[in-house]
Amino acid sequence: MTDLNKVMVEKYRNDFLKEVEANVEEGNWVKMCMQCGVCSGSCPLGPHWEHPPQEIFMMIRAGKRDEVLRSESMWMCTSCYNCIVRCPRELPITHIMHGLANYAHRLGIAPKLNPTRRFAKMFWNNITAGGRVNELKLSVGLYFMDGFASGIKKGLEMLPVGLGMLKTGRLNPFGLFSGGHCKGAGDIRKMIKKAKEIEDKRKGFAA
Amino acid sequence: MARKEYSFYPGCSSERKASASNYMVSVESMCKTLDIKLNEIPDWNCCGASIGYAEGGELPRHVMNARNIALSEKNFGNQDIVATCAACWLGAKESQERINHSETIFADINVILKDAGLKYEGKQKIRHMVEVLIEDLGYEELGKPVKKPLDGIKIAGYVGCQTNRPFGVDGESFESPKYLDKLVETVGGTPLEKYEEKVTCCGGALAFSEPEKSQAQIKKIIESAYDHGADMIVTPCPVCQMNVEVYQGQINKKYGTKFNIPVTYYSQLMAVAYGASAKEAGLDGNIVRATKLEEIAAKK
Repeated sequence: MTDLNKVMVEKYRNDFLKEVEANVEEGNWVKMCMQCGVCSGSCPLGPHWEHPPQEIFMMIRAGKRDEVLRSESMWMCTSCYNCIVRCPRELPITHIMHGLANYAHRLGIAPKLNPTRRFAKMFWNNITAGGRVNELKLSVGLYFMDGFASGIKKGLEMLPVGLGMLKTGRLNPFGLFSGGHCKGAGDIRKMIKKAKEIEDKRKGFAA
Repeated sequence: MARKEYSFYPGCSSERKASASNYMVSVESMCKTLDIKLNEIPDWNCCGASIGYAEGGELPRHVMNARNIALSEKNFGNQDIVATCAACWLGAKESQERINHSETIFADINVILKDAGLKYEGKQKIRHMVEVLIEDLGYEELGKPVKKPLDGIKIAGYVGCQTNRPFGVDGESFESPKYLDKLVETVGGTPLEKYEEKVTCCGGALAFSEPEKSQAQIKKIIESAYDHGADMIVTPCPVCQMNVEVYQGQINKKYGTKFNIPVTYYSQLMAVAYGASAKEAGLDGNIVRATKLEEIAAKK
């Protein structure tokens, strides 16, 4: 168990709903769910969720802390916003799922090998390094996520796609060597650092 | 002076040698014809996209967008901010809504931006290019410069998610928005009367991390277009465009299908109808060549 996770378990004891309300993006909406199930039925990857959103909401209220935060479920969200526009109570479900995933990741208890968690982390590091996306570095990083051999294999599988992009001028062959694109990249990194500090303090994550 | 002028947020995928560089090429051509001037926000940065939440959290994500908004305010004062990318539009709009809604976040953002000499006010409207076209000009106006109507081309209007939900375009329904079909009609093409997968998710960023699950989605989107006799698919979103176009080979391999359908941007259709060459309409950027559009573009 990571330290921050321990701190939060101690602080909120068995009141997981309270913990979610305090620490998760838009978490104060959770208690408004009336268990109609429209969100679960509307999700494009619905069948792949171990616990679809409707279940997650009930599990939060039932105090199933570990089962929720260690679940792969929220990492199935494609950000299609179907659940948001269909929810009869207008809960910002997409954001709550993002918030839960982010919180679990921050506590260090999100599933280590979940590919979307790892890709999302790579993506954020990619954009905050130079201020803008470096698409080649991002794709190559993704293929080689599980080591060299599997990277070569994935790279070969993706080769026709990459060549298509290259041929049509939609991929920069020198992207691996070029750095950030923004002149203000240094400023951006400073701003992000400060934003993290403020957020950690507000949510009681700071030491 | 141009007829309309906006502050412009092009986004990462629109850059030269990036995945939607041809979208940008066609937008430039389209705007030139329509006499729309786009003032690029100097040194804009990434919006954080939909996948940024996991590592970025809330405030850092909002800071990314607030910097762009502040830069726009500083350089182009009261001009509306226009984005061509669905995710950029959504990200910027979402952050603006959150920041303006909370005094605490508003104050935090300005403390953070101050070090870089920037100030956030958040008063400008953030709009998608499609909104500008249909709200500020209107279909009738958009139809006027058509020189080469896209006669006889049947086009599946694939709207997808993020230009449609959660904000959407005013007056359109989330379940069956019509603006893309109306744009197709405006330039003389034939929209599909029925297209079940019009607003189905292509998997978004999960096309990278969960390719099999996403490709199952993409397969549905393409199949439905074929079922209703479409010659090509049109979309307003760079992620939709790329996902639906570039994985056709992998899907064919896996499912034994024979997909080979062009996926274009609305701006490409408009540029061609307005008389642009294939190159000016960015058609050389399509991996599955839009031959019917190329033929029209080649006509004198």
